[in-house]
Amino acid sequence: MLPKDAGDGESLEVAMGPHHPSTHGVFRMDVVLDGERVVKLKPVFGYLHRNHEKIAEGTTYLAAMPYTDRLDYFCSLTNNWAYALAVEKLAGLQVPERAEYIRVITAELTRLQNHACLIGFLAQDMGASGTPLMYAFREREKILDLFEALSGARMMCNYMRFGGCRCDLPDGWLTQAQTVVAEFPRFIDEFENFLTGNEILMSRTQGIGRMSRELAINAGITGPLLRAAGVDYDLRKVDKYGIYDRFQFRVPLGDHGDTFDRYMIRILEMRESVKILEQALPKIPAGPIVDPKTKLRGFRPKAGEAYGRIEAPKGELGFYLISDGGPNPYRYRVRPPSLINLTVLEDICLGQMIADVVVILGSVDIVLGEVDR
Amino acid sequence: METLEQIKSRITHALPGARIEIIPNDSPAGQRSLLVDADHGAAIAQFLRDDPELRLDYCSNATGVDWPEAVVKTKIKKQVIVEGVEKEIEETLETLRSGCLETVYHLYSMAKKHGPVILRLRTENRSDKNHLPSLTPVWRSCEFQEREIFDLYGIVFDGHPDLRRILMWEGFVDHPMRKDYVGPDDYDYEPTPHDDVLEKTKQHQAAEVKA
Amino acid sequence: MTIEKPKMDEGLRNELQKQGVFTTTLEGIYNWGRQNSVWPLQFGLACCAIEMIAASMARYDLARFGAEVFRPSPRQADLMIVAGTVTKKMAPQVVRLYNQMPEPKYVIAMGACAISGGPFKQGYNVLKGIDRYIPVDVHIPGCPPRPEALLHAFMTLQKKIENQPLTGANRPRHLQADAPSEFPVPKFGVHDLEPPSNPTVWQSPKMVRA
Repeated sequence: MLPKDAGDGESLEVAMGPHHPSTHGVFRMDVVLDGERVVKLKPVFGYLHRNHEKIAEGTTYLAAMPYTDRLDYFCSLTNNWAYALAVEKLAGLQVPERAEYIRVITAELTRLQNHACLIGFLAQDMGASGTPLMYAFREREKILDLFEALSGARMMCNYMRFGGCRCDLPDGWLTQAQTVVAEFPRFIDEFENFLTGNEILMSRTQGIGRMSRELAINAGITGPLLRAAGVDYDLRKVDKYGIYDRFQFRVPLGDHGDTFDRYMIRILEMRESVKILEQALPKIPAGPIVDPKTKLRGFRPKAGEAYGRIEAPKGELGFYLISDGGPNPYRYRVRPPSLINLTVLEDICLGQMIADVVVILGSVDIVLGEVDR
Repeated sequence: METLEQIKSRITHALPGARIEIIPNDSPAGQRSLLVDADHGAAIAQFLRDDPELRLDYCSNATGVDWPEAVVKTKIKKQVIVEGVEKEIEETLETLRSGCLETVYHLYSMAKKHGPVILRLRTENRSDKNHLPSLTPVWRSCEFQEREIFDLYGIVFDGHPDLRRILMWEGFVDHPMRKDYVGPDDYDYEPTPHDDVLEKTKQHQAAEVKA
Repeated sequence: MTIEKPKMDEGLRNELQKQGVFTTTLEGIYNWGRQNSVWPLQFGLACCAIEMIAASMARYDLARFGAEVFRPSPRQADLMIVAGTVTKKMAPQVVRLYNQMPEPKYVIAMGACAISGGPFKQGYNVLKGIDRYIPVDVHIPGCPPRPEALLHAFMTLQKKIENQPLTGANRPRHLQADAPSEFPVPKFGVHDLEPPSNPTVWQSPKMVRA
């Protein structure tokens, strides 16, 4: 691991992880330091490799749905949606209007809580121990209450089905959701008041971990990271999957591609998500929530393949399915945004201080369930 | 975006000798793909990325697929004259499909916001001739994904900068995503076995009795 | 577990208390102190770790039980909450972390995965329960368990600590000079971990089937 010219007694090899308070789970980085500067960094994966793909290939299409919850365990509803979208493409199913609205609403709520918690963890990595994270989790609990009322589970919702959703909204859910959404901008303001102009946050993030546009595109970086580097690519606008073409919202873009831009993009995306929710909640139509043609039991799509992708809070989440006409997928593949966003971790950390590696990793926003699957 | 036929003819024009086949897709998704030969794989990828019309600058997904040797049944319709009357009958053809490992790349364009173009490469067999060109020099997003394919499927990527196991530990010998992989026998305690697990538990118990 | 404790006369104790004299046993005050300052290791493996964090946040407030001090270093921790799927690649590290914790130490297996492998049981890289390598004090089912369930597990552990006698054959491991405090770390094999379980800690329960 040490470079060949090591041996002068100045290079230091540090294994950060798999147990390390800053790695957000069981992620490991083998770092070579020259003083406090990073000269080499190799990520090591696999400590949470739970064989999601192998298990899903051995079970039916529907039975893989609860496993998708456990990919990126902050955002189970967007994972459900990505998988449902891929299967709908594979089997040619249509989604009723009401279900499309529910999907947009739950996905944007998921984005709100993911970004809020991410900023909490990022601030924790910078040494703001506890307080911002506690504020973020306070808001997260409100959104989790909505998910629990909707699906019965706080985190593992297992809510979407091929061609729609599992069950209809409970009574009073929309009013409750409207209250949560109406109160959310106040929380973002409060958060920004504490953090955005904060001198420590600015000096720890501005100019740190810069990523160029060209590198970001070539390395397949997606999501807020890509947009922080100034590339206008949001699948909600590009693919217009679901009914995202009906809502007015903007795609915030960064300029410098540094950690501060990545922080700021999340704040701005939360504001845009609130806008989408404000448009979607009052307009939700009545009607069925699942395509009546969908067969839940004995579901066997025709032989063929499909790749479906959505803009998950962490980036492009795709599912690639090959069907051989049987009850279970012949090939089931998850395109994990968290793993691919780590491709350039070494490039953006080189020459930085070891303490900044922690902050850069925090701003990449990984969840190990998805990195290792 | 151009159709796959147009793309194919432009590639064969630009790279004489490249063998390209369009793989149909019967599902409603209709995403057809280009099967390209391994020798020209890297050159074709380079062409697709740099071509000003296509500009496929973003490789979203790279994945492996295992196709073991299998008997494939295809139904064809035939016109036969039976007792002077023309009839249509269905005949089932059985062909032996030779085994191979396959990589699939989903390419999009961030500049032109179109896609996907799906690229497939196949190895000659599943045992010794399992080499394919690495597309990591063209798209860096393939770096970890190709390592994952190497780890789980055992495809060796020539030209990959850092080809090591990524998910399993060093020293692990199998390729667990292959269809014929036999997992470790730790079925000693299964309180509620059923289906496959019941079979495996029975095998484990039989082995235990023998020992 | 019920243990006979030497009891003081209730009336006398109440009478003394009125005078401002509190009496207790050495065992009572020792265990009272231990049970109310259990410091968990800040150690998350998967989904359950998020619920563990949620339990320590404002709404559930683990601090009420004296356990909000999550220690990043195993050397300062008393409790390991195995929160999430233990994969075979991670299992040696989990055992090593457990070995590095000083006695007395306790383990909560949080969630279905840590207990038995849970939904991922059939995976080739998933360990079917951390109790194959280290002794577990409290199991909480759930996928993931709610923060309330973690609080319940915590109170169960506190009761367990409260009832531990300091002397006699049932005294806890850290008071027995010859009891093991470290457990062998499994090695990576070519197909699986070696050994697949630690027989001194775990034996496969005998299943009777028709």
